[in-house]
Amino acid sequence: MDFALSPDQIAMQDSLDRTLERVAPLDRVRQIAAQDLPTAPEVRAALAELGAPAVLVPEAHGGLGLGVLDAALLAETLGRHTACAPFLGPALAAIALDLCGSEGQKAVWLPLIASGEASFGVAISEPASGARMAAGVRAENGRLSGQALFVLDFADAAAFIVADETGGLHLVPADAPGLTRTALTTIDRTRSVGELVFGEVLAERLPEGDSRAALARMRDVGRVLLAADTLGAAQRMLERAVAYAADRKQFGRVIGSFQAVKHLCAEMAAELEPARALVWYAAYAQDALPGEATLTAAHAKAHLGDVGRFVARTATEVFGGIGITDLLGLHYAFKRIGLDRQLLGAPERARRDAAVAQGFIPA
Amino acid sequence: MDLAYDATYTVFRDEVRDFLRTHRDRMPKRSGHRPTDEQIAWQTLLIEHGYAARTIPEAYGGHGAEPDILKSRIIAEAFAEAGAPGGLANQGISMLVPTLLELGTEAQKTTLIPPTLRGELVWCQGYSEPGAGSDLASLTTRGEDDGENFIINGQKIWTSTAHAADMIFCLVRTEPDAPKHEGISYLIFSMKTPGIEVRPLLTMTGAAEFNEVFFTDVKVPKTQIVGGRGQGWFVANATLKHERGMLGDPNAAHARLQAIIEILKTETLDGQRLMDHPLYLDRLMQLQARVISMQANGLRLLTAAQRKEPVGMAGLIVKLQGCELNHQLAALAIDALGELGVLYHGSPHQRDGGVWQHRYMFDLGLIIGGGTAQIQKNIIAERGLGMPREPKLAKV
Repeated sequence: MDFALSPDQIAMQDSLDRTLERVAPLDRVRQIAAQDLPTAPEVRAALAELGAPAVLVPEAHGGLGLGVLDAALLAETLGRHTACAPFLGPALAAIALDLCGSEGQKAVWLPLIASGEASFGVAISEPASGARMAAGVRAENGRLSGQALFVLDFADAAAFIVADETGGLHLVPADAPGLTRTALTTIDRTRSVGELVFGEVLAERLPEGDSRAALARMRDVGRVLLAADTLGAAQRMLERAVAYAADRKQFGRVIGSFQAVKHLCAEMAAELEPARALVWYAAYAQDALPGEATLTAAHAKAHLGDVGRFVARTATEVFGGIGITDLLGLHYAFKRIGLDRQLLGAPERARRDAAVAQGFIPA
Repeated sequence: MDLAYDATYTVFRDEVRDFLRTHRDRMPKRSGHRPTDEQIAWQTLLIEHGYAARTIPEAYGGHGAEPDILKSRIIAEAFAEAGAPGGLANQGISMLVPTLLELGTEAQKTTLIPPTLRGELVWCQGYSEPGAGSDLASLTTRGEDDGENFIINGQKIWTSTAHAADMIFCLVRTEPDAPKHEGISYLIFSMKTPGIEVRPLLTMTGAAEFNEVFFTDVKVPKTQIVGGRGQGWFVANATLKHERGMLGDPNAAHARLQAIIEILKTETLDGQRLMDHPLYLDRLMQLQARVISMQANGLRLLTAAQRKEPVGMAGLIVKLQGCELNHQLAALAIDALGELGVLYHGSPHQRDGGVWQHRYMFDLGLIIGGGTAQIQKNIIAERGLGMPREPKLAKV
């Protein structure tokens, strides 16, 4: 019985933290956010050097073969730095390939994911969040048609893992004939989201295993990683607010000595600290407690969505007017949290899934 | 991270479960403020087996086991799963005994701890006063030194169990000229001492859960002190840290959540299960996420305690978040029950004995008591986040 991070996990998180501090400080984030597409080759390369894209790839295929908790700790650190680099897409693609890929597909793609040479986008928004604008992908005779919205880690993708309407999983190269790719511009300019339109696109099916179960695991792990991303971004916002409150003076006092300001900070900490335990628990459950995996992932996603929103607005308020400016740059975290909240099931959707997972209501 | 228990602990859990199976017929019913003979017999049996007073030395009437936080947790879990009454947890046992163990004289320990642990000696706590709530150290109940005794005059409030108690542990200002934190003594004396009047304090729940206690020339021998003269504030703080651990327990929230799930599964609105009503379901799920969070937070605290590491922020937030969560759970039950949710005082159609309204009102008291939510936020901001301390304006 032990509910704490291991020394290895803490060291891994520290090393990513230091790397991002160096390669992606706020000024660099600001530059990236001003680009047409959020890509930053040097950040991506730094992540690959640390093994971040290899974390969920099995050792047999050149990966680190670590657990979802390890991946969540990396996601937390990426969120903390509002880092611009594909992570969720390659991580979920590795799960899809590992569970459902043919031996050939695994041998080709998993080592490339692990080394960071090939990034993947993942198109599972419709099954995970529900379909907007009647989007969806149909598979017939090895060809895909239809539309997939809110594709994750879109810009850097060499290929996409696409879920069809029946839960089948397919691999589609980015340059496949008949595939139209359109970037979608969100509030968060540190991550890329896009749209795929399929015109009879020839796709490779991932033929092995139970693709519906794999899709559920992709959704669950994706939710945990988004929750962890929000945890990191929100924790950083709180720390910045507390530091500012110790420095900023009004009425001849540091504003952190006013109870109104102290209590805002205390409320953020009181919400975040148990949320951290929930993220750890949900991440641990993905590998160790299969019966609780879907339930805890849904709860972590929904709860961090709410706690993240509360911290994002409250931390901004502690700063006063400067909080909403680009000069300060706090808004990158605010928007990161805003995007995390909506992807792969916003809170209401995730909570409904949590109820279904317990048999409270039919699916 | 590994949430499985290793083999020695699974064996221990089986032992506890066996004990509970074989002694089911001796389990007492819950009672009021004084333990019944049946409860005292059960408590004695639990101490003998190490399921109560587990780590208190045998010389003082405890079981004398080495501290093992996992075994304590397994005992609590096994008793909860069997619906069995656990060891007594009154203020004497939870607060006075740890204080005496830490700071009492040998005579105090040997005479007072054993009957307190068995449930025969019942205590109440005389801390708060009408003018000394959050600012407890400004208390004015005074004890004048007449050579042999302190002559005590003043008033205490929020004294639960005072009407049923044998003894009181009480904060009294004995050094009127000392600075406010250094003029208080921690006295223990019989509630039968002449000059003590107990008046029940009726609260919004309709019950007198607390009392007011008035002292008029109450004569207490100067030997009946824990710690030295003027050290009462520090003695009391040793006790308060034990109290804060009791408030905001996530297992209580978990039990409540299960009861609400039953309500949503069984009660209907226009013939439809409440569970099929998306708004109630959404609120239930919001609170379930919070319950799981607080349980996971509890696991963090458990691991930290086991490793003898400081718990930091994870510990500081428990009272604030736990009490608020319990209150919100009661609110959801009331809302889901609609008009049925306001039935009270034994009305026809009342659900669960009116417990949800009772909890909703009583728990508001818990949000305030034991360090108000606002005091908790000060503590989180100052000790947890390192923000500036509140100015100490009041000088006594």
